[in-house]
Amino acid sequence: MTENLARQRPESFFSDRFNVTPGLMERLLGSNLAGRVDDADIYLEYRVNEELVLEENVVKRASRHVSQGAGVRAQSGTRTGYAHTDDLAVHNLEEAARQARAIADRAGQSGVVAVPGRGRPHDLYALAEPPIVTQLTRKLELLRSIDAACRAADPRVTQVIVSLTSEEVVMLIATASGWTVGDVRPLTRLNVTAIAEEGGRREIGSFGGGGRVPFDFYLEAERWKRFATEAARQATLKLRAVDAPAGAMTVVLGPGWPGILLHEAIGHGLEGDFNRKGVSAFAGRVGQKVASELVTVVDDGTIANRRGSLNVDDEGTPTGRNVLIENGMLVGYMQDRLNARLMGAAPTGNGRRESYAHPPLPRMTNTFMLAGQDDPRDILRSVKHGLYAVNFGGGQVDITSGKFVFSASEAYLIENGEVTKPVKGATLIGNGPDALTRVSRVGHDLALDEGVGTCGKDGQSVPVGVGLPTIRIDEMTVGGTAVGK
Amino acid sequence: MSNVDTTLLADVLKRATARGATAADGFLIEEQSFSASVRLGQVDTVAHSREQRLALRVFSGRASAAASTSDLSRESLERVVDEATALARVTAEDPHAGLPDPAELIDRVPELELEDHEGPEPTPEQKIELARRAEAAALAADPRITNSEGAEYFDRRARYAYATSHGFARGYSTSSFGLTVSPVAAKDGEMQRDVWYTYARRRRALDDPESVGRTAAARALRRLGARKVKTTEVPVIFDPDTAASLLRSVAGAASGPSLYRRASFLLERLGTRVGAPAVTIVDDGLLPGALGSRPFDGEGLATRRTVLVGEGKLESYLLDTYSARKLGLKSTHHASRDGAGVSVGTTNLMLLPGTTPPEELIGSVKSGLYVTELIGFGVNGVTGDYSRGAAGLWIEDGRLAFPVEEVTVAGNLLEMFDRIEGIGNDLVLRDRVSAPTLKIARMVVAGD
Repeated sequence: MTENLARQRPESFFSDRFNVTPGLMERLLGSNLAGRVDDADIYLEYRVNEELVLEENVVKRASRHVSQGAGVRAQSGTRTGYAHTDDLAVHNLEEAARQARAIADRAGQSGVVAVPGRGRPHDLYALAEPPIVTQLTRKLELLRSIDAACRAADPRVTQVIVSLTSEEVVMLIATASGWTVGDVRPLTRLNVTAIAEEGGRREIGSFGGGGRVPFDFYLEAERWKRFATEAARQATLKLRAVDAPAGAMTVVLGPGWPGILLHEAIGHGLEGDFNRKGVSAFAGRVGQKVASELVTVVDDGTIANRRGSLNVDDEGTPTGRNVLIENGMLVGYMQDRLNARLMGAAPTGNGRRESYAHPPLPRMTNTFMLAGQDDPRDILRSVKHGLYAVNFGGGQVDITSGKFVFSASEAYLIENGEVTKPVKGATLIGNGPDALTRVSRVGHDLALDEGVGTCGKDGQSVPVGVGLPTIRIDEMTVGGTAVGK
Repeated sequence: MSNVDTTLLADVLKRATARGATAADGFLIEEQSFSASVRLGQVDTVAHSREQRLALRVFSGRASAAASTSDLSRESLERVVDEATALARVTAEDPHAGLPDPAELIDRVPELELEDHEGPEPTPEQKIELARRAEAAALAADPRITNSEGAEYFDRRARYAYATSHGFARGYSTSSFGLTVSPVAAKDGEMQRDVWYTYARRRRALDDPESVGRTAAARALRRLGARKVKTTEVPVIFDPDTAASLLRSVAGAASGPSLYRRASFLLERLGTRVGAPAVTIVDDGLLPGALGSRPFDGEGLATRRTVLVGEGKLESYLLDTYSARKLGLKSTHHASRDGAGVSVGTTNLMLLPGTTPPEELIGSVKSGLYVTELIGFGVNGVTGDYSRGAAGLWIEDGRLAFPVEEVTVAGNLLEMFDRIEGIGNDLVLRDRVSAPTLKIARMVVAGD
């Protein structure tokens, strides 16, 4: 029943199934777009997504979604014409190319030539058995085992919801410069949510992970069991959480997912579009000190099997390991082709889009801080009074003012160097350009997150990763409700 | 786009029953959209799109599965039907699964004025000009407006069709239009951005571009010079847009799936007081020409006006057929088919206005915060615990004194609604969720 898309080459996939041959793409780009634009491309995509949800002990929701389409883009100067269609018939593609080109006809020539994002694509996630083709019976059995393990972890767990999504995207991009490149991208994510109740109090805990990995990833070292017990532990821990403190204090962030700090505090602010337009709080600050000397931050799309990794970005540029901040100094932005061209920089492999229905934007891949020297236990011991936050929900940033937030879902008070009471969830708020200047200790325990991140920008969601060692931030505002404690 | 063709849906449902499904329903969306953005007077991006999506739900006895596709070719549709019916065989039986009772499905589709029929269609150039005028007005408003993230115009026309394997089929068409502007104000190295917008079902109902631009500029300008304040507990006033976000959290907690999963702070609160007596929250899907209106929900059930909270008391949850059966209640006709499966969604959700002008609410505060923007996701739907990043203006002796940023506002949603002690008279349905200015007696504002 299920097709194994991964065994196909993207070029032959689209020509066999939809009759969209490289020759046709070349003709659309050549006769319709070339000569009058600075850059043009056609992006083809076919996506299959499967979701299984267990709740109340049984899997009663299962769904499968197929989407396909083409996005045609023409650029002239700062102008972009974009048209997309989910009907891959030739006349629709021609119409889309005509609509995209209309922008260029109005614009005239800017005389700047596009920088083709060429190079050798990576091979970061070739899987013998992609998760989308794994038998349903195996998946259902896993969900049931997780449900049982989560309930067994603590009798106060009253509800367990487990979801498993598996996806495969086949993409092919042809650019006006004659470069055609394709990719087949597997992705899976497992999420466990537990509701715990005790004495009229009710709480929620959530844990999960995944990546561009096979289904067996969840079975390795009983990873699934750890997800199940973690969700139960977080829910039950919160049942006895006290009010979070309110006000400015020392904050210690644990390793892994708290790296969302980097994503919000500096990552978005270093995306090329905001800097080209001069609307980022980091605009024009390359070469300046924006963090403590202990801080080096990279965005790396080339780590094998990670959720945020890509062989090539959605414009065909191979991804890279891009240093953003080196020993506290701002050294680079993340670029797609458009913004690289306009800023006279090279594309960095960060041009990403949610789907064929969206034009690419500069986006992050896996963003993390390199490890330092300190023992994490010493970092905690160095704090007299503060907050130790180890798990987070989402975050958000106002690019222009630089203000960012991220919400702790598991945090504790630090009293005289000891981790003490768990506190309720609280939002942490800071200012991007100076938050990292207050990083005074960096641990040797760098960890990447489990593979759960999704980033939203301009209404487009893409999978991303983050990572962090244990760090101490000397002052940050914690948005709790307990005043003066 | 007025004629809704339901034959494709009917064919798909026929195939599902032929493949062994005991019942099935389908929702078809076809849409065409256009958008154009302008930045600093120059065209930035012009986008055209044409999309279609068929969402299918099949039942095999009391087991079910969902599928969707954007490929409406015969071959692809057949594959989707086959996959969905195969999936339904592996999911567990659920006594509450099933279609609504056919007798309850909508009969006559009311005319809700959801589609603009006024011609002629403007050219792309004319549409781009609207965005250009809005941005130009923002840039001209003040010399401190030095930059812009641009202005965007969009329009969208869509057709919706719903059908069941029992032979029911109905459809409707909508249009929507919008214009947003996002200028940047700068002074002494500080930059502040804000946004203003107008959305409508009819093109002529949009606010004029110049007023949208000027409002956006005024909002960005009033943020210049923002600073943190000392951590304190004070009255907090939410402006209409930020107040609307509080309603979204309440609607999430009142929705059937949150309730049967016991993941809601409104669990077992039906008929009890959940807010101050002045609070009445209504979801009305029948307002002519309103952005959230629709003649029927994602399961073919007629849209209505639902009082969610009446004078402080929780009067209704928001339910689709499945969650209603789970909870031993009746559907409130809030099924939504935006994704592939069925979820719960509101129509025009609003907190009804009071009689106090917003200036008087501000005037009643000696020292407090007027919130104009919220960021982050710090709302716990299970407990109602609330902590979000905020920006706005500090109130001193009843006047807006200076801009504030990098602070959080925190409390608990049930306590916050209980402590509403002032409701503005300024309700305007600018979007699908709307509220007047709200004054909450006290919340914790964290800063320095």
